[in-house]
Formats: sequence, C-alpha cells, structure tokens
Amino acid sequence: MLRQYTHTGVLARFILKKDRVKILIWLISLTVFTVLIGAMLPTLYSSAVERQIMAETMKNPAVTFMLGPGYGLDNYTDGAMMAHFMLAFTAIAVGIMSILLTTKNTREDEEEGRIEMIRSLPVGFLSPLAATFLIAVFTNIVLALAVGFGLYALGLESMDLAGSLLYGAAIGAIGICFAAITGLLAQLTTNARSTIGYSFAFLIIAYLIRGVGDIDNEILSLISPLGLILRTEVYVNNYWWPVFITVGISIVLFALALYLNSIRDLEAGFIPTRPGRKHASKLLLSPLGLALRLQKTVLIAWLVGMFVLGVSYGSILGDLEGFLDSSEMIRQMIPVAEGFTLTERFMVMLVIILSIIGTVPTLMYILKLWAEEKRGRTEQVFAGSVSRNRMIGSYTLIAIIAAPLIQLVSIMGFWSAASFVMEDKLPLYTLLKAGFVYLPAIWVMVGLAVLLIGFIPKLTGLTWLYLGYTFFVAYLGDMLQLPGWMSQLTPFGHIPQVPIEEINYIQIIILILIAAVLTVAGFIGYNRRDLIQGV
Amino acid sequence: MSIVKITNLTKNFGNFTALDGVNLEVNQGEIYGFIGPNGAGKTTTIRIMLGILKATGGEAKIFGKDAWKDAVEIHKRIAYVPGEVKLWPNLTGGEVIDLFVKLRASHKQNRREELIERFNLDPSKKCGTYSKGNRQKVALIAAFAADADLYVLDEPTSGLDPLMEKVFQECILEAKAEGKSVLLSSHILSEVEKLCDKVSIIRQGKIIESGSLEELRHLTRTSITIQTKEPIKNLNELKGIHDLEEKDDTIYFQVDTEELAHVMRYVSQFGVIKLESAPPTLEALFLRHYQREGEEV
Repeated sequence: MLRQYTHTGVLARFILKKDRVKILIWLISLTVFTVLIGAMLPTLYSSAVERQIMAETMKNPAVTFMLGPGYGLDNYTDGAMMAHFMLAFTAIAVGIMSILLTTKNTREDEEEGRIEMIRSLPVGFLSPLAATFLIAVFTNIVLALAVGFGLYALGLESMDLAGSLLYGAAIGAIGICFAAITGLLAQLTTNARSTIGYSFAFLIIAYLIRGVGDIDNEILSLISPLGLILRTEVYVNNYWWPVFITVGISIVLFALALYLNSIRDLEAGFIPTRPGRKHASKLLLSPLGLALRLQKTVLIAWLVGMFVLGVSYGSILGDLEGFLDSSEMIRQMIPVAEGFTLTERFMVMLVIILSIIGTVPTLMYILKLWAEEKRGRTEQVFAGSVSRNRMIGSYTLIAIIAAPLIQLVSIMGFWSAASFVMEDKLPLYTLLKAGFVYLPAIWVMVGLAVLLIGFIPKLTGLTWLYLGYTFFVAYLGDMLQLPGWMSQLTPFGHIPQVPIEEINYIQIIILILIAAVLTVAGFIGYNRRDLIQGV
Repeated sequence: MSIVKITNLTKNFGNFTALDGVNLEVNQGEIYGFIGPNGAGKTTTIRIMLGILKATGGEAKIFGKDAWKDAVEIHKRIAYVPGEVKLWPNLTGGEVIDLFVKLRASHKQNRREELIERFNLDPSKKCGTYSKGNRQKVALIAAFAADADLYVLDEPTSGLDPLMEKVFQECILEAKAEGKSVLLSSHILSEVEKLCDKVSIIRQGKIIESGSLEELRHLTRTSITIQTKEPIKNLNELKGIHDLEEKDDTIYFQVDTEELAHVMRYVSQFGVIKLESAPPTLEALFLRHYQREGEEV
C-alpha cells in the first residue's frame, strides 16, 4: 500500500522549492491584507454608536448577499464587524489561491508531460498528487497561523486569541477544501484549462448558493463551503464545528481524488473523447474563426454564468425593498439623492460589481492570444499568410464585442429576476443604460491587456491584479470608507452611476479614447516584437 | 534565381549572440540541407526567415522580399513544418490541416486526401490524442497539400517511423521535380545526403561549411572496420586514411570517400576476413570540426 506513496516527501519538498515565491507572495499578501484591514476598521467605526448604526445596515439583504449573515449585531464589536466584512471575501481569495496552486501541480504538470518524467523514476504513482495535497495543507496551516496570530497581535479587546485563531483556521480550512476540490476535478478532466474552469465555476456557485441561502434558507447555505464556514461566527460565538466539518469533507475528497487517480491511466480523464470532424467547417478557417472556436466553450459558459449571476443579484432586490420599508433608521442614515429610491442606490452598486465580474471573461478572451503564443501554437498560424494585425485584431475584436454581450446578458438576468420580485419595477431601459455605461471601462481593461501583450507579455498577469484591486475597491470601498482617489485609480471609478448620476459624455469619450490609444499602442508593439519560442 | 538569400544575419537575445553573421542562399529547384548541433542557430535562422523573430542585423530575403516586412506576402508561397509540432488538443487533425491550407491562401488543387492516405493519418481524431509522429504528419500533410514554392522544414522527420520517413522523402523529391525549393534542417546526415543538393553546416551561430555535396565530399569519410589474414603493410602511408587504430586483430580507420576505391583495392591483397563500413555521421563530422578548431588554438 505504502509503496504507492514512495518519495512523497521528496516531491513535496520539490513542490515547495519550485513554488516558494508564489506561495510566499500569496501568504504574505493575504496576511498583510487581513491584518491591515483589521487595524483599519476600528479607526473607521470608533464609537459603539457608529458601530451600532453599521450593524443596522448589515441587516440589509443586499449586504447579507455579499458578505454573509450578520451576527452579534446587538453588540457589534470590532471583531464581529471585522469577521463579517472580511471573512467571506478572504475565503474567496484563499480559494482562488488553492485552485491555482493545485491545478499547476496536478493536471497541468500531467498535461505537459512532467508527471510522466516523475513517474518513470522510482516514485509511487500516487506520490505526485499526495505531495500536492501535503503542500496545500501545509500552506494553508501556515496561512491560518499567520493570520490568526497577526490579528491577535493587533491587541484589540474584542479580537482575542481564541477568536483570531478560529478566524485563521476558517480561512485555512477553506483553502484546504478548495485544494481537495481542485485535486478531484483534476482527475475528472483531461486538461488544466478545464480543471481551472470547473474549479472556478464551483467557487462561484458556492458563493451564489451561500448568498441566496443566507437571505432565505439556512440549509442552502450549509451546502456551500463558503456558507458553512461563515457559521463559525468568529469573535462572537467562536463555533469550531464548521472548521472541523470542512476539514473532514476535504479529507474525504482527498481520498476520493487519490482513489480516482489510482484507477485511471496517466493523462486520461473520466470524460471520454469522441471522434471529431474530418474536415473543418468554413467558420474555422481564419484566425478569427480559430480564436472563436478555441474559446467557444468558455464564451458560452460565461454568458450562461453571467445570466445566472444577474438573476441572483436581481432576486435580492425584493428582500431589499421590504427591508428598507421596515427600517426607519436606515432611511435616515443613508443620504438619498433627490428623486431616487434606496433600492436604486443599491442597484447601482450591484451593477458595478456585475460589470467588474463581467470583465473577467473579456480579459480571458484577449489574454488567450498570449496563452497560445506561450504554447508555441501561434507560430504555425503565422507561417500561413497571416499578418500580426490580423492575429491580434481577431482576439481584440472578440474581447471588445464580448463586453456588450456579457453586459446585456447579466443585465437581462438582473432585470428579469428584479421585476419578478419587486413591486416597483425597474425600467429595463434604465438598467441597460446603467450596465452599458461601463463598457468604456471594460474596454480600457482590454486595452491595457492588449498593450501588455504588445510590449511585455510576461506581465499580462498585472491586468488580473488590477481587476482584483478594482473589485476590492468597489465591493468594500464604501464600508471601509476608502478615500475617493482609490477608486479613481481604476477606469470603473470614472463611470457615472446611472441612474443616480448624470452621464458625463466627455468623460465617457475620454475613456473610450484611452482604450483606443492603449489598443493601438499594443498593436504597434505586437507588430514589432519577436514572438517567443513556445514551450 | 535565388529563392532565399540571407546576408550577414545576426540575432542577439539580450547578451547572447544566437546568430553571428549567417550567410545562406537557396536557389530555385534546390533542396538545401541545413545541419548543425542543438542550439547552433538553425531554428533561430528559420524563425527569422518566417518573420517570427526580427533580425538584429543583416538581412533575410525570400523571393526577393524582406522576411520581416513582407511576411504575409511571402507566406502565401511558403510551407513550414516545425520540429516540434504544437497543435490544439480540442481540434481534429483534419480541421487543423484545412486551417493551415486555408491560411496559406493557396488555390491550386488540394492533395489533402491523397496525402492523408499516404501518411496513414486518421484525421477524425483530436490532436490531443496524437503522438509526436502523428502531430508531425498533420503539419507535413498541410505543408505538402499546399501549392508552395518554398518548403521550410525544421527537423521534420524526428518523430516519424522509417516507413513514413520514406513517404516524406518521396514527397520532397516530387516537390523538387516540380521545380520547388526546399530548406531542410536535419540531424540525420544520411537523409541530407540522400536528398540535398547543397548543404550548410552551422555551429554556434556561424556557418562553418557550405557548398554542394560534391564540394563537401572532403568532409565525408567512411568508417572502416577490417580484419585480414595477413597484417596490412604501410596502411598509414595511403592517401585519405585518418584516425587509424589497431586493437587485437582488428583495424579501425576512416577514409575519405574519394579514396575509398583505391584503399579497398589495396587492402584486398591481404585477405579480408571481415569488413564493415559505416557512413560518416553528423557526429563524426562535428567532432572533426571541434578537433580542427582545437588544433588551430
């Protein structure tokens, strides 16, 4: 039995050595980020009265959907507020970390033939997967301890050692859980792209189920790992059982992944391959056709996904209406722009978040060009009679056109759900305007990606970092009382929030011009630079 | 008429000089062998010819046009097969062949079906399931199905079995018969000898030998292993004998190809018991170049 795990330790150390920079960056940024916010929050809401007002707004279903259920609201301490603001958000980030690290060392290594090399050595056939899990567990335990002691070190009365350690443990448990899920999905799929795709789909669904469940149905929340972990009620009740259940489920998933790995062939999955077409359809026969064909599945999956996301965001508006009617205090607290309802205020917030999430696929579509180049596949297309402009133009075109499509789909989802649950219906026209007004911002992000592909393609990852920052500022900026310039640093911060704000057409035109300049510059760079030798 | 004319080509990657003044000329109807060890600069030269890399200095002209600026125009008449063929795992071989042929924008009759049969490829399979050899077949079929004037082939047979290698050689000779030109980079000297009219040898970014096979004949030596009843007298005094070694009863030496007949006649007087000859390998050729450079130092 144990022979299957020969040299797991050696491989684990090897993974640690290979990924040490990546792991360290994740650990340090997550810890510093969490502790910084922990230090910042009490200064924002320094008096008990201010915190109590905040507690009242936390009953808002829109907030519950985004952050999770409020607890300890009667005595809303710094600790309770910190956990309520940050736990779900951080858990998602940790989940992403685990998905990326695990995919890299499982299906990606296998797809690239590296596992084959390892397996030809006197190494147990389950050792690579087991080593990956070991490192995932190790990384998340280090993270749990670092975050736990880091928060405790702030020395705040309501953030005691027991609560801080539980906070860390909750984050670590989610990390371990998503490593297990990704490890399992890596066994089922046959390539790294699908592994990442399915894992992220799982993460998003877990988030949505949690959001809907937290508003309406406790049981639903418990199915989602993200919902379950929020039941720890850190810094108030300090329940440890959700951590134990999450870790327990992870162990079962680990075991299942190891079992599936043991019964399948190397480089095989469990989704069978069918014979395909002998001839290409006419639609495939151009760089644009090829780019579309390669991304067809991702394109459709995101359109469906964004519609579902829109529906779930729209569905909370009904609860929101009821909540706002019932709470006199809220109505006094939130300054309402003349002639607009509170619902519209929250709607604006939901639309910006939908727009930022909708930017993810558009960036994927344009960055696919660089992924293709890295894999040495563009070279042969260029060996045909294809110009650089036509190549980068094809991918840029898909990204630019995808943006309005995605906005349309998510807004339609949002509107249809909202009109189903609301008494005062939102006009579709207003909603579409609110969604489409973000297009220039999305195009600026695409332009930035084109620019990087044209000049320093190795840094295209920066676009994700930038989008992550944008998301953070939009999501938590108001509650963290972040200064205005922080949101002005992103193109989304310069978009008028329709219908509350008037559309400033000059601003919009300037953004479109910036997007155009970035894109054209990227084209010029792409025409001048060497293509890299694919690996 | 020169199809490819590369003059004093240099390419630097940062501080590393990959190409250092490469000259190369392929004329119409020629099959041109391009040989050299790994990392010598073969692929870099080819990638500059294709306009995928930009030359640091010198120029590369194909059909009299600039390889970088006029890439799109040039590629209409070029067919290219890389050494390592990277394909899209979720497209079938047939789809990829159609795509490559279409992108090359050739309008002549399509030899696709005939080639698929000759190379024995199943075009309905996804590229992700193909072996290295089968991926290479996809690129070869796409290349030969196109009506190209220049075939640029970068170690195209490294994954093919001997049978397919033969089909490949037939395809090359057919192309030559139609007056097409071929640039063939390879490690396999016997293949180059069989096919090529001219050869250039590149090492560390420099062309160190260049010319027709006749002209390079002095480079090619045959290795001989021989046992005779009587000891061979004065063998080392014969013209064209190199690296003479004697171990037990067996004599090993290399002989210049043009002296082979003369040497054979001479040794046969001594009663041959066993005779083995091996064609000169690229390795032997290179070893000699290293040695020669060592002598100069």
